[in-house]
Amino acid sequence: MAAKVSCLSQERAGYLEGLVSQARNAAAVFTQYTQQDVDRIVKPMVLAGLAQAQHLARLAIEETRIGVLEDKIIKNMVATEFVYNYVRDKRTVGAIAEFPERGITEIAEPIGVIFSITPVTNPTSTVLFKCIMAIKTRNAAIFGPHPKAWRCCREAVRIMYDAAIAHGAPEGVFTCLEEPTIEDNVYLMHHKDVRLIDATGGRGAVKAAYSSGKPALGVGPGNTPVYLEKSADVAMAVVDIITSKTFDNGTICASEQTVVIDGEIYDRVLEEFAALGAHVCKDGEADLLARALVDPQTGFAQPMAVGQKATDIARAVGLQVKPDTKLLIAPIAGVGRDYPLSVEKLFPVLAVYRAKSADEALRVCIDVNHAGGLGHTAVVFSRNENVIRKFGEVIDAGRVIVNSPGSIGALGGVYNDMVPTFSFGCGTGGGNSTTDNVNVYHYLNIKRVARRTQAHMWYRVPNQIYFNRNAVENLRQFPSRSTLIVTNPVLEQMGHVDIVRRWMAPQTVARVLAIPDTEPELKVVMQGVETLKLHEADQIVALGGGSVIDAAKIMKMMYESPEADLAELAAPFLDIRKRVVRFPGGKENRVRLIAAPTTSGTGSEVTPFAVLTDKSSGRKITLADYSLSPDVAIVDPQFVMSMPKGLTADTGIDCLTHALEAGVSIYASPYTDSNAMQAIRLVFRYLPVAFEHPDDEEARSMMHNAACIAAMAFSNASVGVNHALAHAFGARFGVAHGRANALMLPHVIAYNASVPTKFMPSPNQRAYVAHKKYALTAELLGLGGESIEEKVANLIAAVEGLLDRLAFPNSIAGLGISRDEFERAMPDLTRNAFDDPSWRSNPRMPLVAELAELFWSAYDGRGKTGIARAS
Amino acid sequence: MGQARLRMEGDLVHALQSALDSLEKVDGELVLDFSPVRRIEPPALKVMEELAARAGERHVRLALEEVDVNIYRVLKLSKLASRFTQ
Repeated sequence: MAAKVSCLSQERAGYLEGLVSQARNAAAVFTQYTQQDVDRIVKPMVLAGLAQAQHLARLAIEETRIGVLEDKIIKNMVATEFVYNYVRDKRTVGAIAEFPERGITEIAEPIGVIFSITPVTNPTSTVLFKCIMAIKTRNAAIFGPHPKAWRCCREAVRIMYDAAIAHGAPEGVFTCLEEPTIEDNVYLMHHKDVRLIDATGGRGAVKAAYSSGKPALGVGPGNTPVYLEKSADVAMAVVDIITSKTFDNGTICASEQTVVIDGEIYDRVLEEFAALGAHVCKDGEADLLARALVDPQTGFAQPMAVGQKATDIARAVGLQVKPDTKLLIAPIAGVGRDYPLSVEKLFPVLAVYRAKSADEALRVCIDVNHAGGLGHTAVVFSRNENVIRKFGEVIDAGRVIVNSPGSIGALGGVYNDMVPTFSFGCGTGGGNSTTDNVNVYHYLNIKRVARRTQAHMWYRVPNQIYFNRNAVENLRQFPSRSTLIVTNPVLEQMGHVDIVRRWMAPQTVARVLAIPDTEPELKVVMQGVETLKLHEADQIVALGGGSVIDAAKIMKMMYESPEADLAELAAPFLDIRKRVVRFPGGKENRVRLIAAPTTSGTGSEVTPFAVLTDKSSGRKITLADYSLSPDVAIVDPQFVMSMPKGLTADTGIDCLTHALEAGVSIYASPYTDSNAMQAIRLVFRYLPVAFEHPDDEEARSMMHNAACIAAMAFSNASVGVNHALAHAFGARFGVAHGRANALMLPHVIAYNASVPTKFMPSPNQRAYVAHKKYALTAELLGLGGESIEEKVANLIAAVEGLLDRLAFPNSIAGLGISRDEFERAMPDLTRNAFDDPSWRSNPRMPLVAELAELFWSAYDGRGKTGIARAS
Repeated sequence: MGQARLRMEGDLVHALQSALDSLEKVDGELVLDFSPVRRIEPPALKVMEELAARAGERHVRLALEEVDVNIYRVLKLSKLASRFTQ
């Protein structure tokens, strides 16, 4: 039943319902057909159409009295042969395209019942074209021909239908309205079983199609501007324009309407037109044409002239022309309502305009384009590629035809490699949804079967890591003319710099830059860059804790890529592979960075991260990119033997946090797991020893290795919500990073081990395994327990025991921070923690309320956590 | 209330015609076993429409069994699926 019932007789409505019901069943049955079934039907249809091309052309001429027989035959042949040539090898059934590298398969789904409106100007060719498209895509079509062309269309449909049925198409796949009316069209356009309206025709039909509320391909009138530029091959251009504009007496809506000619060649062009059978109107003649051929009320061309011969038009308007005149050429002085012949004229009357300059020519072409031709077709004749490109840029046309006839060129497949069509998508400029030459793909719903992507993983670490006591001796294998040792004053005083100097390669001139042992400042980094430039350094040895190594990483980057914009490079990102900013690739000064850590925690010697502060703006800049990773790491325990106890504990727990977070990260891999697990094992075994017996060289060495190994894990698997909390809390209350981590750690383990409120939306998370991985860690540490819950509880207890043993405060409250002060800070803490990128790889996606809960758990202290323990 | 069962073997239009003919004798439910049906054509859909209409008039419940998924899709698209219980 139609949604909108028009004033149809019951009998007529029943007739239309019958057509729809038949088509609906045919379309339903058609879904069972394979590509081979379809292709078996299409070819004989095409052959039948070709065989009857002349018969159909003759019928069209007799019925419509429009156009040229010979050209209509050609149109029918293009609509069959050329269209078939395009569709014959196209897959239109089932899987039509595979993109294995993207895990995507495209599957064709037929549309169903298509209501297909065809024009009076190209009646049979449009029917042939649309029948082939419908069968190729397993759709059923009801044809609504122009009332003045329905008999020839009915015959075209019959020929196609008989051929299709004879080769297995479902009964009722095509039908054609008999004695069609506008009311029929309205009824069918609103019918709920009609899935698509494909309207090729006049303004009214196209507008009605788009107004129906149904998906529609509405292809209506144009107004083709032509730019005949001074470099063009004039002889070819004139022949092409005459060929096109007289083809079927100008009935193709892509045919040329106004030719804008550069002044330099204007007279020559008109002479050439005249020599080849065009009549160039003299003063007064053009006005005569305009008055007779354009309706002054509507501003549109008179329908009675459509598709008529030039001589007949001339006779009708009282113009004296030679009997063999092919085309009437009317010079115009502008575009718009004051220049009636600047509109679309689907008959062999062509407006011409003399342009004083190239700019003016383009402006006039734009005017023509905007006078009813938006999105349709435009033509340019030029040998100058810049002119062609410029024209293509400024004209809004779905088809810009170059150095060839507009009408036949736009049809595609004859003068160019565009898709053959009898329906020209006109884009939004023409009120259409496509600028394409309408083809089989517009008759399909294309479904995408998108498989889960297997994200490419990586494991990237510096390719040279030297460890154990005296690893520093390996420095000598790195030749350098000029080395800058970046360190801090304390290490210099302690004689560590002298050790480094001693093992530099011979002939190395080494200079020292001692910077403060705090989070590096931009100013300090830029001073370092100046020093590198001054001494034309080719090597940096960063000797120090995380701050010194981070500073050296940024110095290296800014030295090698002076144009790098630090603020931009610090832009946040969700996935390092898809980040907005790209770190500099071109390197002006190649410099080797060797990092020798003097603390056992941050692991900055192998990480791709660096943090600095811009005091002038008060901003903290966090950079992450593998180009920041040092080239060489020297993990020599002699540099950490004198670490104070507090620093040993803080950095050691930082290392443990890195390993535990990398272990449960959604980016964890077997590669990072091996690092994480080994680091955890080393920390539990050696951190208490290093803390209680600072001179124990084995413990120091193993903790130094643990820090580096844990960093290798989190460099590739990242960290988690513990770091997000610690960053926010540490920054707000001035608590050292390791200490802040320690306060959060047991609570975060309990949190991550319980069933998430929200899972992290990432293809990397194939299953929720955090609790199992904590349990595995507990097993590795020999903590006992039967169930996963027990093992997780034992791990938390072991972490808490370790923190107690390292004399960490039990709670945030234990730091002397009052509950009120903490309460006041909570909005900032949760906001900053949520903004922190660290949790993006956490196995649980934290809710803001959960972050607050975690902070409060840490405030209350160990053993009193408010977050549910492993469930 | 009884149940009659017909297996849709051989030419589907004929099989459905038989179902149509037997409708007079059914009191309750007529089950059409579609397991042999691998393809369906418009004439068969037409008979099914008639069958559904006649069954409605006679208050006979029509049920389909073992319908191949491709056939089921055709019945959905032709709006026949809802007229038979599955």
